[in-house]
Amino acid sequence: MKNGHFLTLGIETSCDETAASVVADGRFVMSNVISSQIDIHTAYGGVVPEIASRKHLERVNDVIGKALDDAGVSAKDIDLIGVTYGPGLVGALLIGVAAAKAMAYACDIPLVGVNHMHGHIAANYLEHHELEPPFMALIVSGGHTEIVNVPEYNKCEKLGGTRDDAAGEAFDKVARVIGLGYPGGPKIDRAAKEGDKDSIAFKRVYLEHGSLDFSFSGLKTQALNYLNQQRQAGREINVNDVAASFQEAVVEVIADKAVMAAEKYGQKRIVMAGGVASNSRLRALMEEKAGAKGIDVLKPSPVLCTDNGAMIASAAYYAFRAGEKPDLELDAIPGLEF
Amino acid sequence: MKEIDQFTRKLNTEEDTRALGLEIAYALEPGDVVALIGDLGTGKTALTKYIAEGLGITEEINSPTFTIVKEYRSGRLPLYHFDVYRLGSGEELLDIGAEEMLDGDGVCVIEWADIVADVLPDDALAVQLAYGENEGERTAEFL
Repeated sequence: MKNGHFLTLGIETSCDETAASVVADGRFVMSNVISSQIDIHTAYGGVVPEIASRKHLERVNDVIGKALDDAGVSAKDIDLIGVTYGPGLVGALLIGVAAAKAMAYACDIPLVGVNHMHGHIAANYLEHHELEPPFMALIVSGGHTEIVNVPEYNKCEKLGGTRDDAAGEAFDKVARVIGLGYPGGPKIDRAAKEGDKDSIAFKRVYLEHGSLDFSFSGLKTQALNYLNQQRQAGREINVNDVAASFQEAVVEVIADKAVMAAEKYGQKRIVMAGGVASNSRLRALMEEKAGAKGIDVLKPSPVLCTDNGAMIASAAYYAFRAGEKPDLELDAIPGLEF
Repeated sequence: MKEIDQFTRKLNTEEDTRALGLEIAYALEPGDVVALIGDLGTGKTALTKYIAEGLGITEEINSPTFTIVKEYRSGRLPLYHFDVYRLGSGEELLDIGAEEMLDGDGVCVIEWADIVADVLPDDALAVQLAYGENEGERTAEFL
């Protein structure tokens, strides 16, 4: 507790990022440290994922220390620790969980485990200080494409998800085959602005009538087939047109289904989360389609869209406030569901 | 692993892919590794889905590209589904703790296995998937 504010330390190591943050009263970011942003001089330039447990181990203490320093607080000011315990890669998760448990035990601070996906949704509480459930959430990232009904804090009902590739993964893979490189999402977004989204008729995949699930694998194959046909016919490939047409086919289905879910459950707001929530075309199309139905769209700033500790701190704060019991026996659960 | 007839299959329809997946699943025993090799879009994840079906797994199998591995325990044997697309070498696979899965109580299906071939067991079942003559067709060759 500092100056009357309840301070939560959030720790996140579920995949590529080692991250920690101090958040006041579940809403106000006092510090937000993400290891990939400090270590800009890594040999691989961030292309090779730092999923190795030892990378997290090397960094986790420094990242937590910097999060406390940046916030101008010390461990004794922290009222609660929240840590991601799933879903993710087991070795990576364990480092964050072990660090959090050690600190909680040594400093006598309550510890709660946070579902990474609840964290992504909570990123919106940090951006929009008045936002409260109920609302519909759309989580789109390299690993997830999910529509989730949120009736109250930390209560999540998954309504649909991808049956094969996640949206961000589809972007990365198609970006690679058209030579745009990594990271695919932002590169396709940029190229698409120079291209014609109606130039190639990629088929939208909506699955069964009323389904809120997604499938992007077939679209990836459509793009590959198109490129092969063009090459065989000796025709030039317009990368910007491919990017724009492909992107449109992905985001149109996502926007349609998110709006359909909100209508079905009578939600007046859709909150976006995850790395692909930064995609400018998805943002625009969401506003257009939801707006036509009188539904508001909220989204976090890009730094809160990617994996970070602040969103974990916020989710931990609301779980703790809702009466979740602190747990020093916490274990990592790689396949954790909603 | 039980024996599989190792002739090259033509996978002209989804049903052909399913048949191969079920056949591989039937042959699998604890500790077995299936190494899938093939370009983007040749059906590695699709084949894995059908191997999972053959193992009696009821959960939805989706791409593990982001987290490298996903684990499924609802079937006859545990399935560790890897996608090492984002990794650079076999050493990186061991770095994430794959050793106990490779030599474990379940079976491993590894997409993009050529990237990590140096750390896979010699008796892994290697399947090369490729595009067929016509659109929508694939071939599966045992290496």
